[in-house]
Amino acid sequence: MNVTLKIWRQKNASDKGKFETYDMKDINTHMSFLEMVDVLNEKLEQEGIEPVHFDHDCREGICGSCAMYINGRPHGPQKGTTACQLHMRHFNDGETIVVEPWRAKAFPVIKDLMVDRTAFDRIIQAGGYISVNTGGVPDANEIPVPKAMADEAFNAAACIGCGACVAACKNASAMLFVGAKISQLALLPQGQVEHQQRAERMIAQMDAEGFGACSNTGACSAECPKEIDMASIARMNREFLKAKVGSDQIEVE
Amino acid sequence: MNLDSKVPEGPIAEKWTKHKFNLKLVNPANKRKYDIIVVGTGLAGASAAASLAELGYNVKSFCFQDSPRRAHSIAAQGGINAAKNYQNDGDSVFRLFYDTVKGGDYRSREANVYRLSEVSVNIIDQCVAQGVPFAREYGGLLANRSFGGAQVSRTFYARGQTGQQLLLGAYGALSRQIANGKVKMYPRTEMLDLVMVDGKARGIVTRNLLTGEIESHNGHAVILATGGYGNVFFLSTNAMGSNATAAWRAHKKGALFANPCYTQIHPTCIPVSGEYQSKLTLMSESLRNDGRVWVPKKEDDNRTPKDIPEDERDYYLERKYPSFGNLVPRDVASRNAKAVCDEGRGVGKTGLAVYLDFADAIKRDGEELISAKYGNLFEMYEKITGDNPYKTPMMIYPAVHYTMGGLWVDYNLMTNIPGLYSLGECNFSDHGANRLGASALMQGLADGYFVIPYTIGDYLAGTSYEKTPLTHEAFKTAENKVKDLMKKLVSIKGTQTVDQLHKKLGRVMWDKCGMSRTEEGLKEAREEVKKIKEEFWNDVKVLGTDEELNQTLEKASRLADFIELGALMIEDALTRNESAGGHFREEYQTPEGEAKRDDENYSYVAAWEYTGENTAEKLHQESLVFENVKLTQRSYK
Repeated sequence: MNVTLKIWRQKNASDKGKFETYDMKDINTHMSFLEMVDVLNEKLEQEGIEPVHFDHDCREGICGSCAMYINGRPHGPQKGTTACQLHMRHFNDGETIVVEPWRAKAFPVIKDLMVDRTAFDRIIQAGGYISVNTGGVPDANEIPVPKAMADEAFNAAACIGCGACVAACKNASAMLFVGAKISQLALLPQGQVEHQQRAERMIAQMDAEGFGACSNTGACSAECPKEIDMASIARMNREFLKAKVGSDQIEVE
Repeated sequence: MNLDSKVPEGPIAEKWTKHKFNLKLVNPANKRKYDIIVVGTGLAGASAAASLAELGYNVKSFCFQDSPRRAHSIAAQGGINAAKNYQNDGDSVFRLFYDTVKGGDYRSREANVYRLSEVSVNIIDQCVAQGVPFAREYGGLLANRSFGGAQVSRTFYARGQTGQQLLLGAYGALSRQIANGKVKMYPRTEMLDLVMVDGKARGIVTRNLLTGEIESHNGHAVILATGGYGNVFFLSTNAMGSNATAAWRAHKKGALFANPCYTQIHPTCIPVSGEYQSKLTLMSESLRNDGRVWVPKKEDDNRTPKDIPEDERDYYLERKYPSFGNLVPRDVASRNAKAVCDEGRGVGKTGLAVYLDFADAIKRDGEELISAKYGNLFEMYEKITGDNPYKTPMMIYPAVHYTMGGLWVDYNLMTNIPGLYSLGECNFSDHGANRLGASALMQGLADGYFVIPYTIGDYLAGTSYEKTPLTHEAFKTAENKVKDLMKKLVSIKGTQTVDQLHKKLGRVMWDKCGMSRTEEGLKEAREEVKKIKEEFWNDVKVLGTDEELNQTLEKASRLADFIELGALMIEDALTRNESAGGHFREEYQTPEGEAKRDDENYSYVAAWEYTGENTAEKLHQESLVFENVKLTQRSYK
């Protein structure tokens, strides 16, 4: 098949950037989208043009590195799929495909399709964990966890931190990402001890990073490659509210 | 050179406990006076960095990815072993130890493996406490499944994403220490050299991948947890960025590289579909619990699988290995797949694939149960191939997956360079010539959570608080060497792209130093790799400069090391005149075609010493002593 690519090229953070058009001939439909970009890059390098820079690593849809809009949609048209797992058989011969980096204030562009997502790391650092040191923990089977709860916690924990939720949201909100981590830990008995501080701290950091508010349109969940449920956001709001007005607060000096 | 494994005296079950008592301690108030550099943030690196920071050491943690959460441990699917015996099916620390030594074809160090089995139980406790959502039974207790090479169910899992969940647990612990100020995190930073002063590891030189800046970092000890070298083959299940550069550059500074020829070919991967292919995707070995492997009995049978009646199918693993069946270890499963394809009974367009069929399991357990176990794997398969495994059998073929070889370490996980440690896949120590499924995650976390926090104190207790200043000549020399190398790579301006050359190397390695090897083939490969090295240094094309973000330059610098490592793998494979686990020399096989060891002459760890740019590497041997396991011809019949 043949496709025309319109790819965002931007030399660095201060460059204005623009779309470049590349014609791709005889593309094998079994290729992944990123392999198609590899082919483009080989061609560009042969012609002495700098290749398109993009983040990618595992190419199995699990590391969360790859991040790009394909035809205006985070990770492209296929539901529940990262760009690296999207295959060319989902495009039409002769199609024009537009490729851009995430557009969000909290994810500044580094080069071409690469953006800076360290804001996500800082949100996790603010409290996205259970504060246990190595060693001295109880036996793994000491606290039974109802299967349904464990499964639901797993569903939330499946987040790969790619940022598609932010990219999909008109407000560039990170609530699905933050909600997923808060949900996972709030659902498990091990996470109960710190559930209040966790919600407060992570949400404060999220706001400080410049992510927008949530207006419940659900674009985040619809575009999430791991199909994280909107219920995570509801759970996060509940945790936050509990932390703010709940009766089990103890003033600690 | 004296290779002292430092294995403690005494009965195997008491070694680690006694050793922990004998190790020197660093007073809690003094730990903050030591800086430890940890390179890599996978299971081993992240767990080590977090645990050491919790103890009070100052840690500097490095990864080349944009976030520590993306290290390739994240992609491990199937599970993690632990000798919990929750299933009441006869498991024990000794049985896990025994299975691992046997599975490794008796080429690992007993004491290390025993310790691994011993601490395996603590890992599960730790991960559950961190909130890792392992699979559970309806009663709320943890679920297990069985895995290749074992006859008990000891594998803990989180659907098909166990690596992801374990890594996110370790990443959480690491993030907590970053917030506490005990870990300074350097993402998008690649280690390009080891700095030594007076024969000891005292720091590293890195490249900031965003700016191209070459920087030095000092510390009292350096830990390499940088994973394996499967990408020597270009096509592997490793991530695109997985590389051997940190380990290889440490090797060139004197660290011995052990057993490089032990590479694991995973039996269940999605077959190669074309030249453009950038990587191979693994389908978890856990699928072999319920999937049945078969090929047609007839050669060149072009019928679709559903048109081939039951009695014209050859379930060759069940036929040849009735007691383990589809659950034979990886090396055995891979070699058998290759054998039936070599006979012309392979399936698919290329004839380089076998079926993995779930029809019986679905009939027996229902689609719902199978989907609960493997749903995400089936989805992934369908995304990549366009075929639905609920309806038609999967097609699979072996692919490079894991490397058992790595930096030589002693019982304390220290290399032969004082102050330089190596953890996880990066070292050679626990899996011998073949790793059992669900043991990589176990080893990474054992090393990081439960071994290094004890053993590193013994070294630091004898080290002064003073750090080598960054102005020291050793840092300046190393920085200049790295800068020159980077400048050289961008100045060659040849005609072949990095990927073109990498694919050439990969093809030679796969054909001649892959699933099976011969003396003749290896000798040809040696010459071919020499030629590729020449081509690389004269004709590689790297656009852009070294003083900016440049992904092509990153790849070129890694390929330079893969080429040299590939050459050493070939030497090692040539020297080892026996077959063992993942190293199969066609000249050495039993009448049934199984790997035939030569315990009399090759029961040793081959530890190679770098001697210079144009001189051959020197072989050192650490002989392996087996006091607790009787060496036998491995049989899974």
